[in-house]
This record gives sequence, structure tokens and C-alpha cells, in this order.
Amino acid sequence: MSAAVAALRRAGETKRVAVGYGFWIFLLSDIVMFSCFFASYAVLVHATAGGQQARQLFDLDRVALETACLLVSSFTCGLASIASGRRSAVLFHVSMAATLLLGVTFLSLEVTEFMSMVARIAGPTHSAFLSALFALVGCHGVHVSIGLLWLMTMMAQVYAKGFRDDVSRRILCFTLFWHALDIVWVALFTVVYLIGVAP
Amino acid sequence: MSEFIPAHKAAEVAPGDLPAGDTESAVLGYVIGLVLAGGLTVVSFYITRGRLFWPPSIPTALIVLAVAQIGVHLVFFLHITSGPDSTNNILALAFGILIVFLIIAGSLWIMGNLNHNMLPMDQIMNMQR
Repeated sequence: MSAAVAALRRAGETKRVAVGYGFWIFLLSDIVMFSCFFASYAVLVHATAGGQQARQLFDLDRVALETACLLVSSFTCGLASIASGRRSAVLFHVSMAATLLLGVTFLSLEVTEFMSMVARIAGPTHSAFLSALFALVGCHGVHVSIGLLWLMTMMAQVYAKGFRDDVSRRILCFTLFWHALDIVWVALFTVVYLIGVAP
Repeated sequence: MSEFIPAHKAAEVAPGDLPAGDTESAVLGYVIGLVLAGGLTVVSFYITRGRLFWPPSIPTALIVLAVAQIGVHLVFFLHITSGPDSTNNILALAFGILIVFLIIAGSLWIMGNLNHNMLPMDQIMNMQR
């Protein structure tokens, strides 16, 4: 390997570290934003204005299913990042498609939950508790929706352009984003659903 | 004793980047992470639904399990390690955790204090007459 090629490769690695680190800082600031929603939820959880409380609203079976979907999708997303590192397009597309399917299942479960709550006169306008709940869970749901759009974009880019350096940097950022969403969901199902329902 | 690596020689790794090694060990890392995280999730749901545990202890136990699971996610999925090539990632994470702690604990403290010192609602209504 000539010295010029070695220098180019080193520059590429430096760029990858800088991009990954910058995106890591963004994710941490995103988590700080989520912590504001968590704080307002924790402050307002008892402000039910005579309406329904957490215990009467939540269906733990549905939450368990949502949790399983996101956890397994985090795993398949990890497989996609391995596939991207090994330049294996087939494994990449299969594991990204599995991630997409699990993410869509998660979102549809969440949307039906919201719709059933609104139908039971427990929409976001009913009490401060419900406003904080819809804001917090909805904010995570919006992140998952954006993540799914990004996921499909990455599948299209790998299909059209292959594992170029810039594409594989974007895949690194996408996997970071998806794993971070799963971390937020761990805090969310514990603080909102399990502690809300716990005796 | 581990060998000292000067700062200018310790190459950085991007957060989330796979550690060097073969495909099998990389997949194995994700499998271990999935099993540990899944186990902690199952325990969380079980202690919430089961009637085996002393109820006042359950919220604390759930918080501890969640923190443990977040740790599992960080190590096995995001590959945040304590190695010299990951110092920047760890420092940023530590700062993020500090801010999250300040926001949540500070909000609960201040709002709880205000709530505690506020007059009951019927007395406020009487004062407005």
C-alpha cells in the first residue's frame, strides 16, 4: 500500500470518528430534551383533574409487545451494522427490513393505544397528566417515525450507491439513533407504564 | 498493570462502531446484549404484575432494573467502553447524565417544595373573595 493510500484511509477513519462523535453529542442533547418531558410528566402525574389515572388507562400486554418489538429491532439493527462493516448487502437489507417491520408494528400498536385513549375520553386535552403523557410518549413516537423514514432512506442508498464511505457513516449514525430510541423507551416503559400500574 | 498509552497515540473510536474482531464475536456481543436486556425487561414486567413482592419496594426495584438495562444497551449495543480509545464518548455521556439528573431531580424537588408550601385550594378561593 502506497503512502498516499494509507494517508487517505487514515483521513477517512478520522472523519468517521468525528461524524460519530458529533452525532453522539446530538443524541445526548436529544436525551436531555426527553428528560424535560420526563420531568414535566413526573411533576404532573397526579394532576388528573378528576379524570382517569394511570392505573385505569394502561394495558400492560400491549406495552410488553411494544417493548419486545423495539428490543428485537435494536438487535436486528445491530446485525445491519455488522453487515455494513462486512459489506454484505443481502444481510444488510434483510436485517434492515426486519427492523422496519418491527418498528412499524411498534408504531401501529402505539397509535391504536392513543386512539383507544381518546375514544375513552382520556385525550390530551382532558388533564395536565394526560397532556404530559401524550407529549412524552408522542415525542418518542415521532422519533421512531423519523427513524423509520431514515431507515428506508439508508436501504435505498445502499441499494443505489453501495457501501461508500459517506453511506456507511450515515448507517453508523442511524444505528446510534435507533439504539438511543430504545434506551429512551426503557426509561419510558419503566417510569410511565410499570410504575404507573404498580400496586 | 496495563500499559500507559500517551494521548496522541490512543486512536479514538466512534461511538457505536464495532470492536475489531470476526463476525461471529460481533454477533455474539449483540446476542448477549439481547438476552441480558430481555431478561431484565421480563423481570421488570414480572415484579409489576406478580403479587409476590412488597408493594412499596416495587418502584425502586423498577428504577434499578431500568438503569441496569440502560447500562446493558450502552455496552452491548452502543459499544461505549471504558477503554482509552473511548474517553471522549464517556466524558460526553457523563455530562449528559449530569444534566439529565439535574433537570429531573431539580424539577421534582422545586415543584414538590412549592406544592408543599401552597395553601389548600379552598383557602385560596376564600382569599379571592
